[in-house]
Amino acid sequence: MLNVQDTAVGKVSTDTEEPIGCRIPYSVFTDDAFYKAEQEHLFRGPTWNFVALEAEVPNPGDFKSTFIGDTPVVVTRDKDQSLHVVVNRCAHRGATVCRARQGNVPHLECVYHQWAYELNGDLMGVPFRRGIKGKGGMPADFDLKQHGLVKLRVEALNGLVFATFSQEVEPLTDYLGPLITKHVERIMCRPIKILGNQRQFIHGNWKLYAENTRDPYHASLLHLFHNTFGLYRSTQTGECLMDESKRHSFLYSKAGSNDAARDSEVYQDSRSFDTSFSLQDPSLLAGRSEFPDGITLVILALYPNLILQQISNTLAVRQIVTHGPDSFELVWTQFGYADDDAEMDAIRLKQSNLIGPAGMISMEDGEAVEIVQQAVSSDRKARSYIAMGGGGADDADHLVTEGAIIGFWQNYREMVGIEERVS
Amino acid sequence: MDLSTLPRTELLREVTDLIALHAELIDDDQLEAWPDLFVEDCHYSVLPRENADRGLPVATIFCDSRGMLVDRIVSLRRANIFPVHHYRHIISTSRIHEVRSDAVVAHTNYLVLQTRNTGRSFVYNAGKYVDEIVFSSGKFLFRSKKAIFDTDLIDTLMVRPI
Repeated sequence: MLNVQDTAVGKVSTDTEEPIGCRIPYSVFTDDAFYKAEQEHLFRGPTWNFVALEAEVPNPGDFKSTFIGDTPVVVTRDKDQSLHVVVNRCAHRGATVCRARQGNVPHLECVYHQWAYELNGDLMGVPFRRGIKGKGGMPADFDLKQHGLVKLRVEALNGLVFATFSQEVEPLTDYLGPLITKHVERIMCRPIKILGNQRQFIHGNWKLYAENTRDPYHASLLHLFHNTFGLYRSTQTGECLMDESKRHSFLYSKAGSNDAARDSEVYQDSRSFDTSFSLQDPSLLAGRSEFPDGITLVILALYPNLILQQISNTLAVRQIVTHGPDSFELVWTQFGYADDDAEMDAIRLKQSNLIGPAGMISMEDGEAVEIVQQAVSSDRKARSYIAMGGGGADDADHLVTEGAIIGFWQNYREMVGIEERVS
Repeated sequence: MDLSTLPRTELLREVTDLIALHAELIDDDQLEAWPDLFVEDCHYSVLPRENADRGLPVATIFCDSRGMLVDRIVSLRRANIFPVHHYRHIISTSRIHEVRSDAVVAHTNYLVLQTRNTGRSFVYNAGKYVDEIVFSSGKFLFRSKKAIFDTDLIDTLMVRPI
């Protein structure tokens, strides 16, 4: 007996005409119905969304405006150092309360009618509440307590701040699971300093980037710069592992663990293996070994909106902000450790040429997402085929797998639904 | 040559010429000639205004030698994958900000329009050049060029110098 859900999830469809593997209808990337459903059931549903680094709001009164999916939110640091996340929408008539990207304020105030809120979102007061000279004013039963900003649950893990609209979702570290928590803690191992932001607008569906960051298969084939300098090759020691729920993934590799002679055999005929290209200024790749485990590349994809990365000596979070079914923004925030010396500062700045929208090993992801978006359509029969590594949502002790992509889709199917929404 | 002894109009003409040539080489896809407009020990950076205003150091492109400029171009030609596109620079009048004996600092606004194979042109990057120009080996060359850009939502990616 064949379960319809399982055929699309992969690996179990041996008794049908379908080849083994996972197939995703392309309308998930194009239809407004999916976009609206995922805003409600995923971003505003039982998920923890990254909203800030604690180092972005270090002092009482600091705030940062950002988004969860496309819902505007504000992260604030209160006088007692606690963190709050509230919807950035006045409880009165919906105006944006915080209009700056970041700043420091004693309280939040809407400019439209000057409704003022505490840093935790409680309404403090409204002008002309009792009217003027006995005329006008709010109804006598108007209760400030009933009209605060919408408050989210907030949790921080080693300097990463997450928020959720859900009262039901498990605590953050349970949601992440022990493997992912451990590797978040590995990177966020001591106080950090913010080095700067970069923002990238990609004309494609955000889930194409969720796939991309769970895909170690493409890295050495698309990102030629990566491959040429041995920063990452599929022949390196590495793994692609997931948490128990298979929502999140942890992909790592160790540079220098490959055998250069064997690589030319493995990559035979590949356009991506051109070692005749050498840097005029090799200082770009002169880094420092800073983790005792020898891991040189980590991509942690945290469901749904965060990628935490270490590539050589670059450290960064990439936050996904959705703009619609066919576009999203990727906000890169690079950081170092607060105790970095001047030489380490210089290394991180120079290596930042590798990552971000102009990153020599990352820029292609923007193009990869867009060339998919340009070719997919809402044709309900057209589907992708994902099977590298065996066709199931399985961990791999190698880098030629798409298992974590299938893990993502299993969770998406459960939370948003796929087949039933294809119109 | 002591630049501070040169007439202002002459300096401005040299500055304007160099900045115009910089734009033209990029727009005409003569990228291999572009690094030759810089001294060997140069700085070139393209940085978001939001970082510049907050004193944060991260640049979108950061090079601290002419070799790194060459490497960027070799990477563009041989490694990177990006949409087929052209740039068109529109450059404002330059203002000489400071003249020292060995260098002149000039500020210039710019717009970079981009056209992809859809045929539509759009404002890709708007910003300000802060250039430090020296006279070296008989030529005016950039010792430092910063493109500080307002358009901090970079469309798709950035592979070509600004």
